Amino acid sequence: MNNLRNSVKQFLGKIMKNIKTFFWNLRRAVNNRKKKISDFLDRKNLNFAGKFPGWAKALIYLAPALIVLSIFTFWPIINSLRLVTFENYNIVNNDITGYTVFGNFIKVLNDESFLFEASHTQGTAIMNTLIIVFISVPISIFLALFISVALNSIKFLKNFFQTVYFLPYVTNTIAIGLVIAYMFKADGGLVNQLFGLGKFPWVESGAEHWRSMFVLIFYSIWGSLAFKIMVFLTSIQGIDKQYYQAAAIDATPRRRIFSKITVPLISPMIFYILVTSVIGAFKIYNQIVALFGVTGKPDGVDYTMQSIVMYIYKYIDGGNNLSVAAAGSLILFAIILVLTLVQMQVSKKRVHY
Amino acid sequence: MELRLENLTKIFTNKNGQDTKAVDDLSITIESGTLVGLLGPSGCGKSTTLFMIAGLLKPTSGKIFFGEDDVTKLAPEKRGIGLVFQNYALYPHMTVYKNIMFPLENMDVPRDEAIERVKAMANLVGIGDMLDRKPAQLSGGQQQRVAIARALVKKPRVLLLDEPLSNLDARLRLQMREEIKRIQRETGITTIFVTHDQEEAMSISDKMVVLNYGLEQQYTAPQIMYNEPSNLFVAKFLGNPPINTIDVEIKNNYLMINEQKFMKLNVKDGSYVMGMRPEHFRVAKEEDEKIKIEVSEIFHIGRDTMIHFNVNGQNVRALVDSDSVGDNDKNIYLTLKRNRVYIFEKETGKVIDHE
Repeated sequence: MNNLRNSVKQFLGKIMKNIKTFFWNLRRAVNNRKKKISDFLDRKNLNFAGKFPGWAKALIYLAPALIVLSIFTFWPIINSLRLVTFENYNIVNNDITGYTVFGNFIKVLNDESFLFEASHTQGTAIMNTLIIVFISVPISIFLALFISVALNSIKFLKNFFQTVYFLPYVTNTIAIGLVIAYMFKADGGLVNQLFGLGKFPWVESGAEHWRSMFVLIFYSIWGSLAFKIMVFLTSIQGIDKQYYQAAAIDATPRRRIFSKITVPLISPMIFYILVTSVIGAFKIYNQIVALFGVTGKPDGVDYTMQSIVMYIYKYIDGGNNLSVAAAGSLILFAIILVLTLVQMQVSKKRVHY
Repeated sequence: MELRLENLTKIFTNKNGQDTKAVDDLSITIESGTLVGLLGPSGCGKSTTLFMIAGLLKPTSGKIFFGEDDVTKLAPEKRGIGLVFQNYALYPHMTVYKNIMFPLENMDVPRDEAIERVKAMANLVGIGDMLDRKPAQLSGGQQQRVAIARALVKKPRVLLLDEPLSNLDARLRLQMREEIKRIQRETGITTIFVTHDQEEAMSISDKMVVLNYGLEQQYTAPQIMYNEPSNLFVAKFLGNPPINTIDVEIKNNYLMINEQKFMKLNVKDGSYVMGMRPEHFRVAKEEDEKIKIEVSEIFHIGRDTMIHFNVNGQNVRALVDSDSVGDNDKNIYLTLKRNRVYIFEKETGKVIDHE
């Protein structure tokens, strides 16, 4: 048995050696060829690479990324600024009736279920989005912090739990949403059975706005925990153990170790997570579609769950009024910009780099 | 407060189940108010001992007493110790003031008194005007002072320093070791510090413990240890330039050097290891017990002159007064005081009393 293993090992070793030798020789040959080419170019005075100024070289290297970014990011931004000035834009024959500055914004703000509630329909896009941002983001950050501190302090089954908490990150959002929707089903859903609630409707006809919101927040918190835990855990593991030893000798209670040492030392990471997840939460879309369908309004309920992005998408879909969609996205942009600036200001005092 | 270690042992077991005795049956008593240095080469168990006293490591067996209290099973925070880490472990996000205040915030101290104590301690260690700075804005020596202040501000029963000077440059090191000695004297706190630098340990300790492979080699005052080493390891570990050790024979009670009778010693005949400190050599006068040596190399280094010569085929260095040798002297008579000749057993390395 041992003999067999040794001979297999030897055989593999030989193969590996041959492969490595092959690559070694390949590199030598390539280097040789390169040198010959550059010598040749130098001789013929054709070496343009050396004659390019620095900025031109930089531009060539940046070109692939710049081209992709211009098509898919910069142009849409400029285009939305262009579209928002059109009045009654017709996408089919590219006709407009005139130009306007605020017209499309006013249209958006006066629209049903954006800022103001429509009759017979509870909930607005702005309100729904804000609720999700201001409830799910803080809760998920706190939860992620506690879970990562707990994960860091256990030894037994540590890797198992890390994997469990990381699973949502690699799972499809829509798939999770469908499972969650099934869990909260009125008839035979896991939650109703577990808590003995009978046929309590959460997201179906007969449900109320707050119940659907609860399910949505639950879902978005759970879905976003994985990444946060991963980031927090790695940064906590990077903290020098001596700080904790010093704190232990000074008889520091656990609560104070957490608030005075762990949190300040990983504050740059917390801030990063805060900013990115606030932005992410403002752009919520998938989760709502998974739970409540593309309209954001389950059958037979008198409220809407649509978010700002869903509202925007409603106008892009079928191209029925791109100017309104552009105005909506600029409003979303403005809200995110203001909030991020506020966060930056607040963080100057609270984040220790 | 007196600190007593009784048969302290720490065994680390690695993944393959191999045991390493980091500290082996260590029993020492540290008197109240003294500054004791734990000295030894790296891996000798000195930091392990310190961390066991601090409570960060649990001893495998043995006991630790602070005064009459058995603290072996106490958690670190209940022992009342101040610990200064090798890299100081100052909290980088807090100012100096908050760093020193931190231990007091966990104690039952009135606010006014706490502020008073922080300021007094900062002045004692000489950083009174830097309380608003962050650790990153301080030099190594200043960070060291903050770390000491933080350890002392809660009035611990014992102060522990883990390699306190190893992160400082040579000049600061000299300054800080005097500072540590001064602070220790002014506060009168029982202090233990760990170092691998024998000069540092000798210059500030009241007493030193030399450890090797977890075993206590000798525990006494530095000068006594230097002049009366208990074994070959201690003799070799202390002193710069290091002690000369050569294999010698004793025949008919005479120590034989280069086939000459050097000194009559009260030791059984046989093979031994002899130790001679370079600076203990003198150029011999007529009446001394002396050996004739042939100079192989000679270096003048200011006040002293270093002579290299061969004894029994092994190179030996002697540090003598510059005035006593001339440049062209080839053959010199050297001597040593009787009590500066160290004879060690070959197998065990134990020193043999030859008087």
